[in-house]
Amino acid sequence: MAEAPPGARARPLSPHTTIWRWHITMAASILNRVAGVALYLGLLIVAGWALALASGPDAYGAYTGRLGSLVGRVILFGVSVALFFHMANGVRHFAWDLGRGFAPKTADATAWGSFAFAIVAAVALWTVALTNGAL
Amino acid sequence: MVQLTLPKNSKVGKGRHYPAPAGAKNVKTFRVYRWDPEGEGNPAWDSYDLDVDAVGPMVLDALIHIKNHVDSTLAFRRSCREGVCGSCAMNIGGRNTLACTHGWAEVPGKDVQISPLPHLPVVKDLVADLTLFYAQYASIEPWLHTTTPQPQGEWLQSEEDRAKLDGLYECILCACCSTSCPSYWWNGEKYLGPATLLQARRWLVDSRDEATGERLDALEDPFKLYRCHTIMNCAQVCPKGLNPAEAIAEVKAMLVERVV
Repeated sequence: MAEAPPGARARPLSPHTTIWRWHITMAASILNRVAGVALYLGLLIVAGWALALASGPDAYGAYTGRLGSLVGRVILFGVSVALFFHMANGVRHFAWDLGRGFAPKTADATAWGSFAFAIVAAVALWTVALTNGAL
Repeated sequence: MVQLTLPKNSKVGKGRHYPAPAGAKNVKTFRVYRWDPEGEGNPAWDSYDLDVDAVGPMVLDALIHIKNHVDSTLAFRRSCREGVCGSCAMNIGGRNTLACTHGWAEVPGKDVQISPLPHLPVVKDLVADLTLFYAQYASIEPWLHTTTPQPQGEWLQSEEDRAKLDGLYECILCACCSTSCPSYWWNGEKYLGPATLLQARRWLVDSRDEATGERLDALEDPFKLYRCHTIMNCAQVCPKGLNPAEAIAEVKAMLVERVV
């Protein structure tokens, strides 16, 4: 990169994150990454569940008891939202890899769609789970 | 590397305020990024209250009005004033665009905020250093490579092959797309960025070019090409309505197609 002339003051870096007005596609992109990280944490919960299952009825009962508490349910609901959001964005990336869906209007629409799908699908999953007595 | 905040010497402070002339009826405030290499201190937001009845419709008209009538020290690049040269690319209202083709009335919000293209070293005020950007463009060797002997006349191309360059040749290298890209912000010295990659595609798809293989070899790199994560800012901001994200996907597809 070209330096400022000798003796001159160091050049400042122009503002970026502090001034940018976000597009929905940019938000979907970074939140897809956040959801991916959240799913790693969700996988730890599943691994913990398997460990508890292998450790006998007492450990299993204690573990599922904690998962079934209000805090546990809120976390699990968040993980399910992350899962569906990541899934929807996986489909968007699949379409992009096929060379489709790049027009800004299309990308905007599919970004909004992935947010909507994540919430609707998570609510549907929990409705089914709550009504058939799984929780 | 990801650095979400600005370095210490780059934090933007509060600058001077230039009130509107007496008797102005329609006043709009333009907040402009200012930094003088010969001055002191950090960059600052100067605010200019302009009588917009005396100002033309475009953001560039407002900047020229400031320079001619309010504050002659303001520095910015401009040339063609009709969206062809790409000189007046800057960040206006939080989005990169050309000052000459963007109306100040189109900017959402009360004030119009204007800063240099994002995440670049600032030379002065709205003038950013594009040395790296141009070096990256040169690195893809943006000219026709041939091995067959020169024809008597022109290098001919069918109308269908010529049509493949549509959506690519219109790029004016204004750098709006590259400097809108978070991947380019964090890895600008290794990732070529949307503008250069769109230009790379322009030469890859040219039926007259005979170096497609070498061009693809040069791009097959975890950073140069594959830092594109389809964030889509490039296509969202391109003032010429081009789609660098799509061009990059086409380059990635060419790399897959030649091995399967």
